[in-house]
Amino acid sequence: MSSIAVPVRRQRSALAKTLAFVRYHVLTVYSLLFFAYLLLPIAIVVVFSFNHPTGKFNYIWQGFTWNNWLNWDGVPGIRSAIILSLEIALIASLVATALGTLIALALVRYGFRGRATTNMLIFLPLSTPEIVLGASLLTLFLNVTWLPFGFWTILIAHIMFCISFAVVTVKARLVGFDRHLEEAAMDLGANEWVTFRKVTMPLIAPAILAALLLCFAISIDDFVVTYFNSGSRVTFPLFVWGAARIGAPPQVNVIGTAIFVIAVAGMLGSMLLQMRRGKGAT
Amino acid sequence: MNFFHRHRGLTPYLLLAPGIAWLAVFFVVPLGYLAYQSLQSGNIDFGYAFTWSWGNYWHAIRDYRAQFVRSLEYAGIATALALVISYPVAYWIAFRGGRWKNLLLLFIVAPFFVTYLIRTLAWETILSDNGFVVNTLQSLHLLGSDGRLLATSTAVVTGITYNFLPFMALPLYVSLEQIDHSLIEAAEDLYASKVHAFLRVTLPLSLPGVVAGTLLTFIPAAGDFINAQLLGSPENHMIGNVIQSKFLELTDYPAAASMSFILMAAILVAVFAYARAIGTEQLTGTAV
Repeated sequence: MSSIAVPVRRQRSALAKTLAFVRYHVLTVYSLLFFAYLLLPIAIVVVFSFNHPTGKFNYIWQGFTWNNWLNWDGVPGIRSAIILSLEIALIASLVATALGTLIALALVRYGFRGRATTNMLIFLPLSTPEIVLGASLLTLFLNVTWLPFGFWTILIAHIMFCISFAVVTVKARLVGFDRHLEEAAMDLGANEWVTFRKVTMPLIAPAILAALLLCFAISIDDFVVTYFNSGSRVTFPLFVWGAARIGAPPQVNVIGTAIFVIAVAGMLGSMLLQMRRGKGAT
Repeated sequence: MNFFHRHRGLTPYLLLAPGIAWLAVFFVVPLGYLAYQSLQSGNIDFGYAFTWSWGNYWHAIRDYRAQFVRSLEYAGIATALALVISYPVAYWIAFRGGRWKNLLLLFIVAPFFVTYLIRTLAWETILSDNGFVVNTLQSLHLLGSDGRLLATSTAVVTGITYNFLPFMALPLYVSLEQIDHSLIEAAEDLYASKVHAFLRVTLPLSLPGVVAGTLLTFIPAAGDFINAQLLGSPENHMIGNVIQSKFLELTDYPAAASMSFILMAAILVAVFAYARAIGTEQLTGTAV
């Protein structure tokens, strides 16, 4: 009996093996196709930043040129738009991260009344469509006549939608934080402020940096909320929007590519840093 | 000894105060203003007055029903597509990624590093009338010789699906990553086939990710107007396009405000319907 059963089982397992092999590679091939699909538009953006368009439409490949990169600010308005976007993103990410870190500290460290409400208030802006965020701020600013639409209204809006992201990012790291380290510092005579500065701060610094980068990225990319609250000021996404109506110049692709490269380099850098740190710890 | 020691109970509130105040003044209060505005009547030249004008809501639904329905439809299709497209990849990274996991995740979020509008314009290039995709489809006779992709609902849904894909893929990955592999091995030890083990163990355990991804994709997708504007024609306009033009071009604030509220209500209804279908525990499990 068993002498018959053995070859049958072996055969089946061979069949199963081939099936598993195929299935294994089907998934890999599919995943590679998926990444090709995901990266295709990015490749288009990069490639067309080197295009030499004859008409005003940068849709069809005409020929290679460095000119767009050399004259990255060769389109009227693009330079001031980039500067405004950088200013807003820098200030908004700093303020939002500071406010968000304080909220995260309160939420993770302390039990207090109103915790659930606070959590809700953090969660709601994340789950509200951007157009509603932008529209409601617009109706507020329409009624606050002493504050004209412009730099300040854009900044206020950006800080608002960045806070929740900062809280979520910092909170995620704080949860795994060993509080005994702080207690030890206090036992050794440090007061709350010194403990915070010498112990807490260095430990949560990576989380704060991550929140800063995330807020910066979200702010510099924002179109919808800004569109509703910018008045006559033009950030880079608004510039792209305006340009798209009459045919976006290749300089738009140049700036898009530059932002992409810088962001990816930053991410890779922080990843390498983490990996090295992970190695040092083990 | 110092202020903090004497008022320990106060510390959390002091930490919360600035951020929460910001959100209260610039998130909660504006929603109140939006509600107030939505019940006004009048026009920009003679001013608006608060008149409990509920008619704004009825008119919005009567006149723009098609756009509301289209928004939910496009967002629903795009969300389903994103789920189907990205689940296998999230699975692949979670179970086979090995030491490349972080790098592969970086690929997943790579689209976010290109300005939203610019990547949508890239789709405009890809789907353009003389582009590679249209030419291929035409030569395969899948598209008529004068057929086009731009300015169709296909283009708009394609754009939405692509733009919000990372919102779907990341939560899927997180929930798949957390699955204890010994559970799947146990199922296989107990003679479950691979397919069975997937359907009975892996899939249910990844449901929180499915729910989170669906919500994160559906909510922004339903309010989007950029894809419809850049890739569609007026026939593909979503409610976001109407709200945007009423606010910023036609200055019909009360109508636009009431539509914003209807959009939010519609999204809430859709989310709750979804939550009922899939079980509220899953929803609250991820929301907290």
